[in-house]
Amino acid sequence: MNQTMHRSRSPIQAVVVGASAGGVEALLKVFGQLPKGFGVPILVVLHLPDERDSQMAQVFGHRLAIPVQEAQDKQNIQPGTLYVASPGYHLSVEADRSLSLSLEEPVHHSRPSIDVLFESAADAFGPNLLAVVLTGANNDGAQGLAKVRERGGITVVQDPDEAQVSTMPEAALALQEPDHILTLQGIGQLLAALE
Amino acid sequence: MERNTDIEIRLLIDAIYLKYSYDFRDYSGASIKRRVQHALSQFECKTISALQERVLHDPGMFMQLLQLLTIPVSEMFRDPSHFLAIREEVVPLLKTYPSIKIWIAGCSTGEEVYSLAILLREEGLLDRTLIYATDINPRSLEKAKQGIFSLENVRAYTQNYQRAGGRRSFADYYTAAYDYAMFDKTLRENVTFADHSLATDSVFSETQLISCRNVLIYFNKKLQDRAFGLFHESLCHRGFLVLGSKETLDFSSFGKQFEPLVKQERIYRKL
Repeated sequence: MNQTMHRSRSPIQAVVVGASAGGVEALLKVFGQLPKGFGVPILVVLHLPDERDSQMAQVFGHRLAIPVQEAQDKQNIQPGTLYVASPGYHLSVEADRSLSLSLEEPVHHSRPSIDVLFESAADAFGPNLLAVVLTGANNDGAQGLAKVRERGGITVVQDPDEAQVSTMPEAALALQEPDHILTLQGIGQLLAALE
Repeated sequence: MERNTDIEIRLLIDAIYLKYSYDFRDYSGASIKRRVQHALSQFECKTISALQERVLHDPGMFMQLLQLLTIPVSEMFRDPSHFLAIREEVVPLLKTYPSIKIWIAGCSTGEEVYSLAILLREEGLLDRTLIYATDINPRSLEKAKQGIFSLENVRAYTQNYQRAGGRRSFADYYTAAYDYAMFDKTLRENVTFADHSLATDSVFSETQLISCRNVLIYFNKKLQDRAFGLFHESLCHRGFLVLGSKETLDFSSFGKQFEPLVKQERIYRKL
């Protein structure tokens, strides 16, 4: 990891993370490294089997030091809060950096879709965004990650060797070389060092 | 400096408004952008400007684009627990009115209309209820009027209906023919389907209940507040407003003018 390159970049104002199969465990490992008072907002899309009443926000909330909420439509993003996308709805970031939900058709058979979150966040945050693709069994997130990079944001992919299911990290790597390929521990450290 | 795509989307949306009076200017930007990009590939246009040129000069083309800009995903008894809560918490109060007017705003292809009509019939209320079902998309309204849905989907709706506290066999309400289910005509005897825009039109009637589900998520805060304003004006004292399962009054200036009746199911009452 190149720290000097880091410092010369724009400050990170938001983090977006996408995960699918094996994601719960991976997310807990990454976010478990963030201290209370961590200041950057985090938006997460986690693919789950089609169940509308997910308790994911509560599950994370009980086990993490940072505040966790299910993302709500028209909500303004608060610093240091982890927002989890609602099952069954796409999650986007608007130009004014508020959140919006949508029932547009699934992308890569997924709703919420990682691409949808990443692409809208790239538009809203430009170079002030850091995006992470974790373990998963499909191709969601690869295009979104490329868009984040195109708009000057920092891109991170979980090391496929470590990923519980390597398809998603590999798809992201196949499309574009990210700024960092890291283990879950490395990703947690990278996030914890922000700001 | 704005990016070309953002400039072109604004010009397209302005052109649609000026030419066809459909107002998408205060829709959520992220969703509109995806819809427009989807339209580009659908209509094989290289740029949004090229799409704009075609839309401006060809009303038929606009009607096709309108189908992509609006999002007609709906199902009957969507979120069964919502309909169960209407049956258990709202219906007993509705029964106290001698006649009932209901406004289904953004009725899309009619799934919500038939769901409510079935529920009201089972509760003995349909005969004294008038339902206004409105949408901006004439093709959706046409489909809603017909009440014909694919049999494949109806299987999923049947499960929803049962979970929503349905009292009969769902098949009692439709006739199956080939791959389609034609819903009982008498369900829509008291339904008026009409073109109405929450962005540009005003209130047309006093109502006791308004259902507007999964419409407001496509509006920005300003337009959402306009819609809440219309609902507030239309509803009678203590009238009911029901929203989609992820929609809320919490971030609106109208939040204080309604109180939750069943918050979890997005059922509110006007104060």
